[in-house]
Amino acid sequence: MINLVLKRLALAIPSLIGVVIITFLLTRALPGDPAAYFAGPAATAEAVQQVRVKLGLDKPLIVQFARYVVDLAHGNLGNSLTSGQPVVADIKSRLPASAELTLVGLILSVLIAVPLGILAATRPGSFVDHLCRIVTTAGVSLPVFFTGLILVYVFYYLLGWAPAPLGRLDIFFTPPPQITGFYLIDSLIAGKMDLFRAALAQLVLPALTLGIFSLAPIARMTRASMLAVLSSEFVRTARASGLTPFTVIVTYAFRNAMLPVVTTLGMVFSFLLGANVLVEKVFAWPGIGSYAVEALIASDFAPVQGFVLTMAVLYVAINLLIDILYGVIDPRMRVEA
Amino acid sequence: MTIVEQTEAGSEAGAGGLAATAVVADPAAKKASGLAATIQHGRYIVAENPVTGLAFGLFVLIVLAALVGPYVVPYDPLASDTVAALKPPSLHHWFGTDQLGRDIFSRVVVATRLDFIIAVASVALVFLMGGLAGIAAGFFGGWTDRIVGRIADTIMAFPLFVLAMGIVAALGNTVQNIIIATAIVNFPLYARVARAEANVRREAGFVQAARLSGNGDVRLLLTQILPNIIPIMVVQMSLTMGYAILNAAGLSFIGLGVRPPSPEWGIMVAEGSTFMVSGEWWIAFFPGLALMIAVFCFNLLGDGLRDIVDPQRRT
Amino acid sequence: MKRRDFLKSVAAVGAGGAFSAPAIWSSAKAQSRQETLLIVSESGPNNLDIHGVGTNVPGYEVSWNCYDRLISHEMKSVNGRPYYDRDKFKPELAEDMNIGDMSVTFKLRKNGTFQDGTPVTAKDVKWSFDRAVTVGGFPTFQMGAGSLSKPEQFVAVDDNTFRVDFLRKDRLTVPDLAVIVPCVMNSELVKKNATAADPWGLEYTKQNTVGSGAYKVASWTAGTDVVLERNDSWTGGPLPKVKRIIWRMVPSAGNRRALLERGDADISYDLPNKDFVELKSDGKLDIISTPYSNGIQYIGMNVKTPPFDNLKVRQAVAYALPYQKIMDAVLFGLASPLFGAPAGSATQVAWPQPHGFNTDIDKAKALLAEAGYPNGFETTISFDLGFAGVNEPLCVLVQESLGQIGIKCTINKIPGANWRTELNKKVLPLYTNVFSGWLDYPEYFFIWCYHGKNSIFNTMSYQSKDMDALIEGAVTAAANGDTASYDKDVKGFVDLAFTDIPRIPLYQPYVNVAMQKNVSGYAYWFHRRLDYRGLVKG
Repeated sequence: MINLVLKRLALAIPSLIGVVIITFLLTRALPGDPAAYFAGPAATAEAVQQVRVKLGLDKPLIVQFARYVVDLAHGNLGNSLTSGQPVVADIKSRLPASAELTLVGLILSVLIAVPLGILAATRPGSFVDHLCRIVTTAGVSLPVFFTGLILVYVFYYLLGWAPAPLGRLDIFFTPPPQITGFYLIDSLIAGKMDLFRAALAQLVLPALTLGIFSLAPIARMTRASMLAVLSSEFVRTARASGLTPFTVIVTYAFRNAMLPVVTTLGMVFSFLLGANVLVEKVFAWPGIGSYAVEALIASDFAPVQGFVLTMAVLYVAINLLIDILYGVIDPRMRVEA
Repeated sequence: MTIVEQTEAGSEAGAGGLAATAVVADPAAKKASGLAATIQHGRYIVAENPVTGLAFGLFVLIVLAALVGPYVVPYDPLASDTVAALKPPSLHHWFGTDQLGRDIFSRVVVATRLDFIIAVASVALVFLMGGLAGIAAGFFGGWTDRIVGRIADTIMAFPLFVLAMGIVAALGNTVQNIIIATAIVNFPLYARVARAEANVRREAGFVQAARLSGNGDVRLLLTQILPNIIPIMVVQMSLTMGYAILNAAGLSFIGLGVRPPSPEWGIMVAEGSTFMVSGEWWIAFFPGLALMIAVFCFNLLGDGLRDIVDPQRRT
Repeated sequence: MKRRDFLKSVAAVGAGGAFSAPAIWSSAKAQSRQETLLIVSESGPNNLDIHGVGTNVPGYEVSWNCYDRLISHEMKSVNGRPYYDRDKFKPELAEDMNIGDMSVTFKLRKNGTFQDGTPVTAKDVKWSFDRAVTVGGFPTFQMGAGSLSKPEQFVAVDDNTFRVDFLRKDRLTVPDLAVIVPCVMNSELVKKNATAADPWGLEYTKQNTVGSGAYKVASWTAGTDVVLERNDSWTGGPLPKVKRIIWRMVPSAGNRRALLERGDADISYDLPNKDFVELKSDGKLDIISTPYSNGIQYIGMNVKTPPFDNLKVRQAVAYALPYQKIMDAVLFGLASPLFGAPAGSATQVAWPQPHGFNTDIDKAKALLAEAGYPNGFETTISFDLGFAGVNEPLCVLVQESLGQIGIKCTINKIPGANWRTELNKKVLPLYTNVFSGWLDYPEYFFIWCYHGKNSIFNTMSYQSKDMDALIEGAVTAAANGDTASYDKDVKGFVDLAFTDIPRIPLYQPYVNVAMQKNVSGYAYWFHRRLDYRGLVKG
């Protein structure tokens, strides 16, 4: 197991280096000029040049990159122009918001997509199968921000069922004492049920938006995997032995079909972490996605670089976790490693 | 390949090696019976799965709209008429008018062309880039394989939408750059699939035969291997077409989409969403509907093509 | 771990996070809701200190409400609403003002205290003013606009007496002391938190308010919200009615409107014009619209490079613009038109005022042909994406109109953060922009926008000796109190601006505010931001 972890980490290093270099170049290629931004709206060309020297932006690209790498080694991701805070602090405070949203969205998606996939797999080619496919594909065919806006329009504006899209908590609740940064967990630990309900209420619409978007890959993978397993020998044996269909499907077939579904979950989670920038914008969610987007539009280098790096590291970590999870779920995979 | 990739490829292909041989054998058999056999097979697939038939029909409609649309629409999609601004759907304006008085029906139909171009161009570009890189990696192995693999891994480590945003922000928001960004972001997927296919075919009989006839490596790649992976890739290409359009819409929402006043579904949806709360739902609804139908069609088309090309890989 | 146990535990966690019905309303919170004012806007401050580096406009609002200045303005009534009176000053931290020939002396109030209890002394005033003229950037620039440039001008005569010496006679010096920038800071507190690398303590004041103002910032989460609490020991005026203010950033305009309509938010001034018009006709909210003081949205042209260096080309453009369409479709009527003045109407001594051009495509075509471009030409029109709601449809309409006379424009969207940089390069051939000045005097506008010294606000690179003479004449006349010369020169430079037409004024924008019916006390200030001190809820 340790070998596996080390090997994967070693393989990931070149990618991370590539990410660092590409992000650096990309942010430097952005059209804005942080020196002009800093110098303010009334600055003359000389004033801007002064600020540029102060920020170290007049040095050649190689020198700037070297400085950046040295800072990185010390855990310093620079400062954000738009928020004025160190990027590390910003990311630390905002990451739990995105992670919580993405996880809840994923859970929601799994709760809907997996049963749908199983249902479709047990009745291949039927009307139910086609309906499942249409429903899940429809979910992924709309731009995610549009789905979000429609949900807000219908459930908040028209029906008033959902709370105001003002972020993680209603204005008049104070956040629970920070342990994990996940309001749902922290409020339970603190024993405040009304806080838990309030946080959950705010999560419903954005998580639903994300969930709708990720139904398709999960449902499809479940269906494919189940189909493959359902036609295997041991399932045939189980059926022949007279076990109830429910036992056959859930106890025997699904557990064995889970492996590819878990892979897909991992991929979907990574994809969602990057894609929820739009959802965060719609719901005023104080997450890392909206942070990165605002920074990108403002040509604010440091947060964009910090965000991309964090996501890349997270991606490597998640893939590693999945591989380890394999080993636990399917002993055959352990032998491969 | 990492374990993740192996499992993906494995579950996709069913019983790995078996599918490969089956696919390798199939093209030869099809070629023998010619076009007629393909059409008959296609008809069978459509009959069995009506949803695929629907998708094909929609696809034809979309292509028609893209080709003929600008010539048959009732109004000039760029002509503003502020007196008639923000009118709901009526007999004069089937889809209503937007905030500058432009006819939405005309704009939606004319936008088909631009969105279709974005979709097709993105796919063509990524197929060339990713496909060629992938088959080179799979065929030659060694350093080519390692380099392509590293590039793909690096791109995949980025949050993909943010990478697309960054590329368009850095290069400027033109249609070309949106296409380039979409292609780059999808590169790893195509490279991987192409690599897997090339790997499998490397030792195949017909390739050996071609090599013995004196064909050089590059010639082999282009004439033998590339044509054979097209059927497999075609499924992915159809999905990417849908993704390209959604990507353009997302970029428009942030302000990095195509330049006004070009009609494009994504930017019409993004602009129209601010009007939803005030009740002018039609401004975002109709382009959104068109967008959804198109992406929907491409996704289902991918399924249908998969059924035709390689039924074993159905999901 | 055994596989079965692992899977069982996963299932257990899954079942635990069960879905419960969303809670909509909590009655326990109703009372505190009544005492809190919720403001929603698209973006928020990036710095709580107006002297800070790169502080954005929302940051000015925090400064205005959390810091006091020596003097402020009295209010007058315009259309039944409170409007700041440009010419009448009111004591704030100073209780007495004595304007001499080349200086002005202030007597500070004896009971002025900072929010931490320290008394306000002239030392603090001097330190704050020195800071304002030394840190550079926008604050120094604004101070300089009123001839406040050197620390030597600021003298703390004794603990309660402060004097400002004039560099030259400038009518704008005293008004400049009432703008946001010369705010008074708790110098001892900031000095305690300054470092060798940061002698003015800019890092500390970025996150903390250290003034004597009516409100203080209780918490600030950049990009999310600002929470302000009333300073109950404020002595600068009547105690504000609102105890707590939450200023929340909500990026989506549709959501802001939804929040207002459902009563979940109290105030917003950050909505599309169309929403303001509709909300007004719906009658559920109070909408107040006030024209920008000394502010104009215009079409600018680079007069240094062809083809816009040709006067006839500029005139052709001025006749081709779709003025009324813009007023109707882009602004929904929420602006004062600055076009179409009837022929032969007399020039006023005022700014903004309308010019005589109006949409006349035939005349435009003829002028363009006379200029030597019978078939038109190609160019780009640029705008600030940060204000895309107005700029984008405006440019689309302009593009269409210019297309009719043969000028083919491609639209160039420039993200907000880069707009100033691009504009200041002065290479954009055609663009739309807004300029407004805090000091509401015509010569103030013209010095920055039309004078040959080519400040960055002279985005057209316009140079004219005649114009310079007229502007300088007006400034001198104002300093000397010579009304006759002043009027003559002002009318002169306005006429010249319309004759040479390097920039084409379109309209004077409105500041629009939407409030719940139970919120009142909105007052218009030159900085156009909210003054929390007069707001009342309930």
